[in-house]
Amino acid sequence: MSVSTPAPGSRTPVGPAAEAPSSGTRRTATPPTGTHRTRGTVVKYAVLSLGAVAFLFPFYYMIVGSLRKTTTGDLSSAVPSGLTGGSYTAVNGAISLGRSLLNSGIMTIGVLLCTLVFGVLAGYALAQLQFRGRGTVFASLLLVQMVPFQLLTLPLYVLVVRDYGLGDNYVGMILPFAINSTAVFLFRQFFLQLPQSLFEAARLDGAGELRILWKIALPMARPAVLTAMLLTFIGPWNEFLWPFLVTKNADMQPLAVSLASFLSNLQGTVANPTGALLAGACVLAAPAVALFIVFQRHFTSTDIDSGVKG
Amino acid sequence: MTNLPSAVTAPRAGTAVAGGHAPAEGAASRHRRLTTRTGALFVTPYVLFLLVVFAIPMVYTLWISVHRFYFTAPGTHADSPWVGLSNYRDVFTDPVVGRAFLNIAVFLVINVPLTVLLALVLAAALNAKIRFRAFFRAAYYLPYITASVALVAVWQFLFGSDGFVNHLLGSHAPDPSWLVNSHLAMPMIAVFVTWKQLGFFVMLYLAALQNVGKELYEAASVDGAGRIRQFFSVTVPGVRPATTLVVIYAIITGANLFSEPYLLTGGGGPDHASTSPVLLMYQKGIEQGHPDFAAALGVVLVAFVLVISLAARKLTERGN
Repeated sequence: MSVSTPAPGSRTPVGPAAEAPSSGTRRTATPPTGTHRTRGTVVKYAVLSLGAVAFLFPFYYMIVGSLRKTTTGDLSSAVPSGLTGGSYTAVNGAISLGRSLLNSGIMTIGVLLCTLVFGVLAGYALAQLQFRGRGTVFASLLLVQMVPFQLLTLPLYVLVVRDYGLGDNYVGMILPFAINSTAVFLFRQFFLQLPQSLFEAARLDGAGELRILWKIALPMARPAVLTAMLLTFIGPWNEFLWPFLVTKNADMQPLAVSLASFLSNLQGTVANPTGALLAGACVLAAPAVALFIVFQRHFTSTDIDSGVKG
Repeated sequence: MTNLPSAVTAPRAGTAVAGGHAPAEGAASRHRRLTTRTGALFVTPYVLFLLVVFAIPMVYTLWISVHRFYFTAPGTHADSPWVGLSNYRDVFTDPVVGRAFLNIAVFLVINVPLTVLLALVLAAALNAKIRFRAFFRAAYYLPYITASVALVAVWQFLFGSDGFVNHLLGSHAPDPSWLVNSHLAMPMIAVFVTWKQLGFFVMLYLAALQNVGKELYEAASVDGAGRIRQFFSVTVPGVRPATTLVVIYAIITGANLFSEPYLLTGGGGPDHASTSPVLLMYQKGIEQGHPDFAAALGVVLVAFVLVISLAARKLTERGN
């Protein structure tokens, strides 16, 4: 990608200033010194590109390293050569990728389903229905997002694994993440925007709340549902500590956990351990990255903003 | 940008209770009673979830922390005698605990300024009309959405004794190497987390930059302020609320650190150089079977987070 050349694109080539923002107010304010503009643009692209390299290089290295026959740390190994899928077979032999992926999938889908069903119900109630304690529930929602979750892992571990006997069990894995509070908040904010009159009319026609939610509110909330799904997916798919505590049986471990155990004590069992590790990392990263790329426009700053402010 | 207009409005806790009271007439009030029940019903699963996953465990931690507590097999029972504050005394006299908190302090000292500076510079550069904007945004966001475990694997490879970075540095490579060096282990974790989370904060600052008035830049420009001056006198104060958020988020991340010290520096680094409080809770509580000690440590950690967050908030919001 050409970084320093100023925009040889569609716009009219009136010098480097063509690259500059169009708002008229701005133009009157800044003296049109062409060289200054160019330098600013060059610096901007240099900074952004440098950043992009720092962010993308590890991913590139991960992919190349996972495909090489022997993966070493020397500089030549950054260049793809003699590519093979051997590392993927090796890591599959050591931790049974299919089974781990299935466990990750069950955990993630369980969380997604609970969040969608119960989160939409709660979000709708918080936005459109009157009931006692509504303020308290909403205040707890905001509070909960400030609690560092890991701090609760010990008592949760005692309760879930020791008292309820849910170790090595999907329910135990899903429980702490079952309803994502950020998603509930997102749903509430969305339902709050829908016009009250719409619901009043439906109620006068005798429709029940569940029917109103299902037939009127939910179809309109599709973008909110998609955003919430994407936000919710990342959490359980990438989560390490909780499933690490809950699952001792290798057959029940999600990929993040089995890959971590490969990282800390199984590497000696394969011929090209680093390659195998990177292959596992690629498999773990791929679904979240793929979803992100496909739905990129839905990961917007305002969504994140609202999630955090919540 | 998004078809979610709702997301822009900041929530105020008060608004939930006020507003939206329908006029109480005959049919409407009968309807109100109905929705009262329905509303409570709809929200019940979520309330149960909050109780089971947040409220009960929090109270339970407090309870465990003042008792002598043992793990028992399911179905069996062991007495848990009241021991007052003795678990807390153990926590405060354990040198490793002190080290773990010191490590968090090191983490914050590196992570916070680095995050604020880099995220702000990248966001400011992204905020202009530029080509490949979507590409850059995606590139910065990629580590944030990728699993820690996967990224740790790559970093171990990049920064290992025989890794890419050391080959690049040749004789300038640190000895002992990055992740097994007691002076570098914690800074490495801070840099790793900064790198992983940065995209999130770039997005946050991008959103905040939309709210900085164009006329402010104009005025500054008329007054003869250069780009750099404008950055410091207009942009930086303009995004102060976002900076507060960054700081608080960094503190929570620091308090939550587990996978990075556990995996990146092999269980807490040489001589606990990168042990974190949560890692210590895991080691003491679950590996070594002292959940009471771990619970007390958890309570201390929460208190620590609250105090530091409040202090940071005071500091970053000063002058507002």
